[in-house]
Amino acid sequence: MSLITVDRLSVGYDGVAVEKDISFTVNKGDYLCIIGENGSGKTTLMKTLLGLQDPLKGTISVGEGLTRKEIGYLPQQTLVQKDFPATVREIVLSGCQGRSGLRPFYNKREKALAWENMERLGIAGLADRCYRELSGGQQQRVLLARALCATRKVILLDEPVSGLDPKVTVEMYELIRALNKEGITIMMISHDIGAALEYASHILHIGENFFFGKKEDYLNSSAGKQFMMQQKGGDVQ
Amino acid sequence: MMEKLALYMSYSFVRYAVIVGVLIALCSSLLGVTLVLKRFSYIGDGLSHVAFGAIAIATVLKLTNNMVLVLPVTAVCAVLLLRTGQNAKIRGDASIAMISVGSLAFGYLLMNISSTSSNLSGDVCSTLFGSMSILTLSKEDVWLCLVLSIFVIIVFILFYNKIFAVTFDENFARATGTNAGAYNLLIAVIIAVIIVLAMNLVGSLLISALVIFPALSSMRLFGSFRKVTVCSALLSVICAFTGIILSILASTPVGSTIVAVDVVAFGCCCLIGKVKRSA
Repeated sequence: MSLITVDRLSVGYDGVAVEKDISFTVNKGDYLCIIGENGSGKTTLMKTLLGLQDPLKGTISVGEGLTRKEIGYLPQQTLVQKDFPATVREIVLSGCQGRSGLRPFYNKREKALAWENMERLGIAGLADRCYRELSGGQQQRVLLARALCATRKVILLDEPVSGLDPKVTVEMYELIRALNKEGITIMMISHDIGAALEYASHILHIGENFFFGKKEDYLNSSAGKQFMMQQKGGDVQ
Repeated sequence: MMEKLALYMSYSFVRYAVIVGVLIALCSSLLGVTLVLKRFSYIGDGLSHVAFGAIAIATVLKLTNNMVLVLPVTAVCAVLLLRTGQNAKIRGDASIAMISVGSLAFGYLLMNISSTSSNLSGDVCSTLFGSMSILTLSKEDVWLCLVLSIFVIIVFILFYNKIFAVTFDENFARATGTNAGAYNLLIAVIIAVIIVLAMNLVGSLLISALVIFPALSSMRLFGSFRKVTVCSALLSVICAFTGIILSILASTPVGSTIVAVDVVAFGCCCLIGKVKRSA
């Protein structure tokens, strides 16, 4: 049984499919990169996986004791968050919201978990700093720590390095790799094909050419070759 | 001056006005932080115009207790506005503007057509700018206000962490199993209750001020959600109290005096915030 099994899924808005017949599986410890052209439905797929919108067709099933709510999520930053008055501690702790249910306040265990994740991502020293005063890379770490509070198993990352400078980008990728080594399954949406090929174990390419499989196989597939060509062409320009 | 104040305070209606004013200011500032951050600063204004329209309908129908109609109508509109904020075809700001001016127009139209009062413009003016009715509160009004305020405060404290999670990142909250829809509904209903309560105090044109100024002021000063919330509650209470006292002493309109004090407080907070940051 796989952690997540997606079977002939169609995703889209208002009954109009953006992408049809997506099938793939994610196993424990995988590092899956979801790539594709702009508008190919990457973000829509992610929203459907998270249960923020219903699938038009097909099924998403989870196994190995995972529930749909236990998928951690690192969203792209929203406008609201840019000037949000909240401390790092408050934000990381809010990742425990799902597990606290109807209980009004966080208990000791949840506070300890939040602290543990802040230390894990090296932001414990920033615990009482205001989120809006942090650098882009630090903000991403805060949101990642929050996602880790919501899950012990799987994290979905939506363009985790967009807007970060090259040095911080590498740090972010290394951090994600380290989490993957610790046994957390990673699913990442990315534009950055180079990084996808360097770090991922599996590739899901959606859009005109569908591909799902191991990274090594992707390079030899038609989808992979074509996409690499386009990327190279783009770089020259 | 103190003698004048002491004399006024010896009247029960003045004491009632102070109690009710402070309570309303406290409640409205609590949710203000959330509304400002969710980009719904104008919702107070929109909803109060809805309440104005509902009052007009209640007047036409000759309801003795217009609360029966005004509160549900306002609550329903609040729910609609906050719910459509996320994914609607008409974006949040446009829908607020639409409902706001629409109900204002219909309210005034209805009042004009079926006017029974000889002083129509006076009636309308007092609904828009807050009436002296805060000075004619009965004991029952004060009790009602007290009960509702305590209800709002308790709900806010119990759901504080959830309101934070939903405000900061609704999608994340929903994805990890928080019932964001239910909490948005809760926020909408509470804000409707507060607005209907606050109409008596500052009137429908100035209500937004009670909701947003304390929140904006304290956001200049603090970088933690908890501190911002506490500070905005304190600030709002202080401003409302000062405003009511000033209006009594200087015989100015209650609503606009409170708002003026809020504006001054905002200016001070901006300055302090600048000094703090450059230091």
